[in-house]
Amino acid sequence: MIEFFRHLDRRWIFLAMFFAIAIPILTGLTFPEDPSPMVRSVFQTVDDLPEGSSILIACDYDPASKGELEPMDAAFTRHCALKKHKIFYITLWPGAVPMIKKNIDILEDEFPNYKYGVNYVNLGFQAGQEGVIKVIVNELQDMYSFDDDGTNLDGIPITRDVKNIQQMDLIINISAGTPGAKEWIQYAATPYGIPMIAGTTGVGAPPLYPYIPDQLTGILGAIKAAAEYEQVLLEAYPEQCNNPRSRLGQQRMGSQLVGHLLIIGLIVVGNIVYFSDRKRGKV
Amino acid sequence: MKRTVPLIIAATVGFVVIISWFIPYAQSWGQNVMIWFDILAAIAIVLGGGNLVKMHLRKVSDRRSGWGYSLITLLAFFTTLAIGLSKFGVNPSELYPDYVWSGNHLQEGGGFWWIYQYLYLPLASTMFALLAFFIASAAFRAFRAKNVEAIILLGTAFFVLFGKTYAGVIVSKAPLEWISTTLGWQTDALEMFRLDRFQETIMDTFNAWGNRAIMIGIALGVASLSLKVLLGVDRSYLGSQE
Repeated sequence: MIEFFRHLDRRWIFLAMFFAIAIPILTGLTFPEDPSPMVRSVFQTVDDLPEGSSILIACDYDPASKGELEPMDAAFTRHCALKKHKIFYITLWPGAVPMIKKNIDILEDEFPNYKYGVNYVNLGFQAGQEGVIKVIVNELQDMYSFDDDGTNLDGIPITRDVKNIQQMDLIINISAGTPGAKEWIQYAATPYGIPMIAGTTGVGAPPLYPYIPDQLTGILGAIKAAAEYEQVLLEAYPEQCNNPRSRLGQQRMGSQLVGHLLIIGLIVVGNIVYFSDRKRGKV
Repeated sequence: MKRTVPLIIAATVGFVVIISWFIPYAQSWGQNVMIWFDILAAIAIVLGGGNLVKMHLRKVSDRRSGWGYSLITLLAFFTTLAIGLSKFGVNPSELYPDYVWSGNHLQEGGGFWWIYQYLYLPLASTMFALLAFFIASAAFRAFRAKNVEAIILLGTAFFVLFGKTYAGVIVSKAPLEWISTTLGWQTDALEMFRLDRFQETIMDTFNAWGNRAIMIGIALGVASLSLKVLLGVDRSYLGSQE
């Protein structure tokens, strides 16, 4: 048996990983979620804001991270709409504009009373990375004179009275890299005292922990936290239970669990082979 | 002159940004400088595109190894650029129906949207998804408990891998119940040792401490390097000969 694993062709590992991911997706395998204190704190940050608060949702990710970040992005959008907050979408990533459109689809399909220009607006992409943040914290229209469809911001009810993003009650950043959460913390949230929460990929979360709790109220790290956030949302707003699209993250946790177990199994087997070789003096 | 003028521009602009932060009167100066930066960043996209074309054209012209890939890159670049700029397949906006080009270039059904939806999105997602396969293979071949450091890393990885799924709850449930009944401890007191909670503790403590130390070190380095650039001591950004 050890001999088999010693010379294991990596294509077997690829095949095993394929089944580990595919079978839970095809069978719809899901598991219960027990939200962590961090996820509950992020949820409360959005939920405790008074109805009609202004929230800037910065979607700084592209299709490569869509699988990991789309569920939390959608959950934030639903939560803000359920609380009747005003949403301002923005992105510093050129590939993220369609991600914002996905959120707008959610609002149009699930919240028909939510009107573009009145309850939410899409400011779209602007080149300049963190330079954009540094400008819009003082004067929004220096960088954004128009929304994503080319309508002048003075002609849109929701943006007419917005001078800069210091007027936001909360910044939500969904980030897959640079520019992302770190830049929003450094150039907007911290210097101007704007509350901020972030959602990031698994590898993006660890470097953001030092900012919690003073500069960053909370963080959702990867798909696990997104699934937990969905769970808290369903507990708080049971009417969402009938919406199958509100469990996007939870549907992806089945594959993650089996995939992680496979990796753990492979590490264990790899080490058994290693110690066996060491015992025989081959290492 | 070629060196002095850029140095003066860099130093002036840099100090204006710093001063504007501390002196409210100068805040608008800093704002203007940041707008210049954003305009330059937008122009840099054109320069980047030009450089990409130049490099790949040279590779195709010299028939260097892999020139076929360069040709595909150029074809993809010019096709996307042409479709994006011409707004091919995009209907005029409802607000301005008389203007042919008034529609959003990413409008559903348009050429640019089609490229994004059916080429860029699946290709980018596939590239990222392939990581799962290579991580699994690398974990099997390279993750060995060779020494104490590797054992610590391995142990942490196990906690995080278990903790990031419901497996963490399943695996820790039985041992924690056993401890609770044997020692008579409250279940709530043992909650923090549940693997999904314990990985959060690792993130909140060891990870946050280590990252904070690294960040403070980097920040001090950035501050001193910035000062050297602004004072003209470090001129490496002017080119290799500097």
